[in-house]
Amino acid sequence: MLQRLNAIFRTTAVRLSALYLLLFLISALVLVFYMTSLSTRMLTAQTRETIEEEALSLARAYERGGIPVLARSVAQRSRQPGANLYLLADANGRPLAGNVDALDPGVLETTGWTQRPFAYRRFGEGTTRPPAEGTAETERHQAIAQVIRLPNQMIVLIGRDLGEPERFQSIIRRSLTVALGLMGLGALLIWFFVGRQALTRIDRLSEASRRIMGGDLSGRLPVTGAGDEFDRLSENLNAMLARIATLNDGLKQVSDNIAHDLKTPLTRLRNRAEAVLSGKHSVAQYREALEGTIAESDQLIRTFNAILMISRLQAGNSAEETTPVALDQTVRDVVELYEPLAEEQGVELTAHELAEGAVMGNRELIGQALSNIVDNAIKYSAGADGGGKVEVSLTRDGSVIRIGVADNGPGIPEEDRARAIERFVRLEQSRSQPGSGLGLSLADAVMKFHGGALDLAGREPGLKVDMVFKGAA
Amino acid sequence: MSLQQSFHDDIAGNGPMKILVIEDDREAAEYLEKALVEAGHTAHVARDGETGFSLADAESYDVLIVDRMLPRRDGLSVIAGLRARGNETPALILSALGEVDDRVKGLRAGGDDYLTKPYAFAELLARIEVLNRRATVRDGETMYRAGDLELDRLSHTVKRAGREITLQPREFRLLEYLMRHGGQVVTRTMLLENVWDYHFDPQTNVIDVHVSRLRSKIEKGFDKPLLHTVRGAGYMLKA
Repeated sequence: MLQRLNAIFRTTAVRLSALYLLLFLISALVLVFYMTSLSTRMLTAQTRETIEEEALSLARAYERGGIPVLARSVAQRSRQPGANLYLLADANGRPLAGNVDALDPGVLETTGWTQRPFAYRRFGEGTTRPPAEGTAETERHQAIAQVIRLPNQMIVLIGRDLGEPERFQSIIRRSLTVALGLMGLGALLIWFFVGRQALTRIDRLSEASRRIMGGDLSGRLPVTGAGDEFDRLSENLNAMLARIATLNDGLKQVSDNIAHDLKTPLTRLRNRAEAVLSGKHSVAQYREALEGTIAESDQLIRTFNAILMISRLQAGNSAEETTPVALDQTVRDVVELYEPLAEEQGVELTAHELAEGAVMGNRELIGQALSNIVDNAIKYSAGADGGGKVEVSLTRDGSVIRIGVADNGPGIPEEDRARAIERFVRLEQSRSQPGSGLGLSLADAVMKFHGGALDLAGREPGLKVDMVFKGAA
Repeated sequence: MSLQQSFHDDIAGNGPMKILVIEDDREAAEYLEKALVEAGHTAHVARDGETGFSLADAESYDVLIVDRMLPRRDGLSVIAGLRARGNETPALILSALGEVDDRVKGLRAGGDDYLTKPYAFAELLARIEVLNRRATVRDGETMYRAGDLELDRLSHTVKRAGREITLQPREFRLLEYLMRHGGQVVTRTMLLENVWDYHFDPQTNVIDVHVSRLRSKIEKGFDKPLLHTVRGAGYMLKA
């Protein structure tokens, strides 16, 4: 339990609320003191005013009838209920009339305002008859008083009990203290429950992430459906996990494919070298074998480079620069590049109906992708009946631009088309053709990098590959 | 004389180069040094960026071969530092990073050419031959000649033995590049880069077909071959 409390106290929420509570307490205390002292000051000022009024009315009584009237007036007022203090004393300070019983020595010596405890008789509210000696409450109370020396050296003291403002002050203080105490208690309870809840959920999150770290990448963090920040965190982390899983799968597929597709040429390379070494050959034969080895290695390096490029593009962290690319120019360039090769292969390579169109992209990548597609098209249509034909087109529909490469080769059966784009997949019938089998995969990766797509469609006979660009300028 | 033989003779003809290799990988550096010496050049090796920079700054080299990732100071910074000091020795950047963007960065830092590892030595040799500052003096020339073949860069005409040969614009650029680097080996990727401005590896023999077309145009009806194929490397135009 203690440990649990300790853990709760260590949560950020609790620490923050403790800080807030502390700040609140300090400002509340400041407020309390300010308010009470302000009200005290106001009450004191009011009290002084009252006393001055009393003094004024006593002064009028004195003017009217001299000492006797004043003494009578003082005696009369002393018996009235209230919190006023009166005293009439002779020149030596001996009391003549009033309700003050005892004085600190020397109070009457100095005229003017004084604030100190006084013992005085106080008559109950509503009592008209003066109570018997001793029954009236004689208490020492903090009071404020004015001492006036009359011209005949007699002394008049008029005062007012400060008990009321003091009581008022203490009531305010007490109620504020109680309120603060309640608030503190509430805050503690909130800490406990909120902190515990937060802690439980965090525990669940860390448990789930430990499980995932343990190797179960298909696991996901719990989402309660409350839609709060914990859920948002879980959702984001889950999205991240899904992305990691995808990349991981991709990576696994690449390594499987590399293992599968590079093993064959590597084994061939090794066997060829071994075969040459085991027999007796002429220098020319050795030379030929070595040249073959280099050629095969170069092909391997090409394949590696293509894999790297596809992986980078698919990983989506490629930093390739993009600039406006005039696609019609790219098409013309590539067709011009491949035209002699096509002619040599007996394939008619044409580019008609070229619309104009530019996209933001990477000219090199688009050129390479189109080259791969045209290269494939020439390769596969080369043996077609009545001569191979490859038509390259560029059409525009709104913001969608299509570069189409149509051939009259054997085509790809519909069920195999999606697979043809996958890395390394070379459909059985094309195994005999040279190439890394990565042409379409690379073109597909390039199109995805540009936010577009690679479309494969059947023809009678043949295949049409479309590079579809969206959002043309 | 075999073509292979002529390829080596020709390098000797261009004169041996003094080359600085800045490469931290011991095996790669030793392989490069040995191969360059075998090709008739002098090669010095620096194994980190600082040493490479001091050497390149202190001595006069014909070509620098600079790896991108180096200890103490990276390759691009070495080249940029040299350029800032007014040292214009041609530099070939070697890199394991093959993205288009990396090449752009390399060339912006002051590199003159960019080659991605792994590479064929023939490719590297052909490229540094072309970079060699003593060989690249043909910028200002308006007329290229190889034997009885003449190419006029201003009027865009080509004549052999006084007879005009009609070329397509791209064929003209191809011949122009080959003649500009006459007597030097140019590889297929160099042709694709400089004539078509694409920097990818031509998977098939697409360049070869262009070259043989050009060859038939400039050699048909003449006895002496001009455009030679260098096996395992590329092409060379030589009278």
